[in-house]
Amino acid sequence: MSFLNNVITGISLGSIYAIIALGYTMVYGIAKMLNFAHGDVIMVGAYMAFFAMGRFELPAIAGVLLAVVVCTALGIVIERLAYKPLRQAPSLAVLITAIGVSYFLQNGAQILWGAATKTFTPIVNGTLVLVPEQLSISYVAILSVVCCIVVMIGLTLFTTRTKMGKTMRACSEDKAAAQLMGINVDATISMTFAIGSALAAIAGVLMCSAYPVLSPTTGSMPGIRAFTAAVFGGIGSIPGALLGGILLGIIETFGKAYISTDLSDAVVFAVLIIVLLVKPAGLMGKYVPEKV
Amino acid sequence: MALLKVDDIHVYYGSIHAVKGVSFEVNEGEIVTLIGANGAGKSTVLNTISGLLHPRTGSVRFMDQDLKGIAPHKVVEKGLAQVPEGRRVFLQMTVEENLEMGAYTQPKSTIVPGIADVYKRFPRLEERRRQVAGTLSGGEQQMLAMGRALMSRPKLLMLDEPSMGLAPILVEQIFDIIKELHAAGTTILLVEQNAQAALSVADRAYVLETGRISLSGTGAELMASGQVRKAYLGG
Repeated sequence: MSFLNNVITGISLGSIYAIIALGYTMVYGIAKMLNFAHGDVIMVGAYMAFFAMGRFELPAIAGVLLAVVVCTALGIVIERLAYKPLRQAPSLAVLITAIGVSYFLQNGAQILWGAATKTFTPIVNGTLVLVPEQLSISYVAILSVVCCIVVMIGLTLFTTRTKMGKTMRACSEDKAAAQLMGINVDATISMTFAIGSALAAIAGVLMCSAYPVLSPTTGSMPGIRAFTAAVFGGIGSIPGALLGGILLGIIETFGKAYISTDLSDAVVFAVLIIVLLVKPAGLMGKYVPEKV
Repeated sequence: MALLKVDDIHVYYGSIHAVKGVSFEVNEGEIVTLIGANGAGKSTVLNTISGLLHPRTGSVRFMDQDLKGIAPHKVVEKGLAQVPEGRRVFLQMTVEENLEMGAYTQPKSTIVPGIADVYKRFPRLEERRRQVAGTLSGGEQQMLAMGRALMSRPKLLMLDEPSMGLAPILVEQIFDIIKELHAAGTTILLVEQNAQAALSVADRAYVLETGRISLSGTGAELMASGQVRKAYLGG
């Protein structure tokens, strides 16, 4: 039974990683940059929900909405101020800027909201007991998995059925050609950051509901793990982010349960290294041969 | 009146002076070709017209409007479409999605009839409409790139080396299509290394050499010119 419990924990944790990884992978796909501040957007989202629900005693749904709205705006502003001026700059400059934005958000949160850890109120409480004393699923875990499925289906439909989604795919493949179609590439990149950051807000609320501690550095470790998940699945690939996220959640949970709590991150990264050695583009990484 | 008027443009890549004072014009209904060797600056000129590059001095006027400072995606809205060098179709998108992207600036109601027109001209594309463009042959990709550009219903269609990398039989086919498009009323600016083929369809032609125009005339004149024969037509 503990095995099944671990599978359930792994999948629900993995679902949250997958939602975060989608933000990394979409932004990477279109802007060809690793937005290391993505994890900290999660933290901002969690604080928004925390204040809405804790201090102003608004219902959970209002907390989630506030988090989504603030993070969406934050994502657009970050892109506009920090990354857009560097569109032609070498990728190392962009990478360092992203790390800078990450510290800026962490330190900004510390000034505004203090360094002390806060206890987050889960947006749903309770547990579904399947086998008394042995097998149970928390509602937060169920909600995480449901959110992940809804987000995946939604994004798949968005990128294959809507004009905006197809435009994003066109931009991620060839920006100059997209411009020659009349597509406003800057607006499309901005839109991608908005979507990625909205997903980060949702992930932040789910994350803090499952592990209810909140501090300015709350987002950084899940951010790095989700980044790993995105690379693991094949960065730039939406199904890859799902696969990478779920696998990472399971590996981490099993590592903690059967190997060592302290070593669980080492296990995760060891698996990543092995996968990248065998499949450098990640599990579902794209390789398209060029035709002459 | 000239549809497109390029006046003494100088374009740089950093400190490299790639285009050194190029002037030419394209009148409504014409096929005009820019021929020249690799590196002469032909694609640079097209990308400057499209707004992807900016001239340091000189001007590009389209329908008597200066294009200075107009973003590339706005240039398309004005009726200037480019089929870029190397085709640059979206390889991971289907044929039909590529065509939809071509109609990005157009109202939704024109997409379906637009696609039908393209399929009428390129029946091969209709057969492959649900395939991703990466699975098409080079010739089919060229057709797709041309069809995609036509979706924006351009007043001026610019083609950058449509014959590049294609087998002779396909080159012939592509040039037949260019003639058909012209006969149907499309104004065309054609950039080519294949001088023979380009001059045979062109009303007027310009020879570009290391960033400058060295010769100009009608297609027939340049075809007969000793200088052009020697440099570009193999004697």
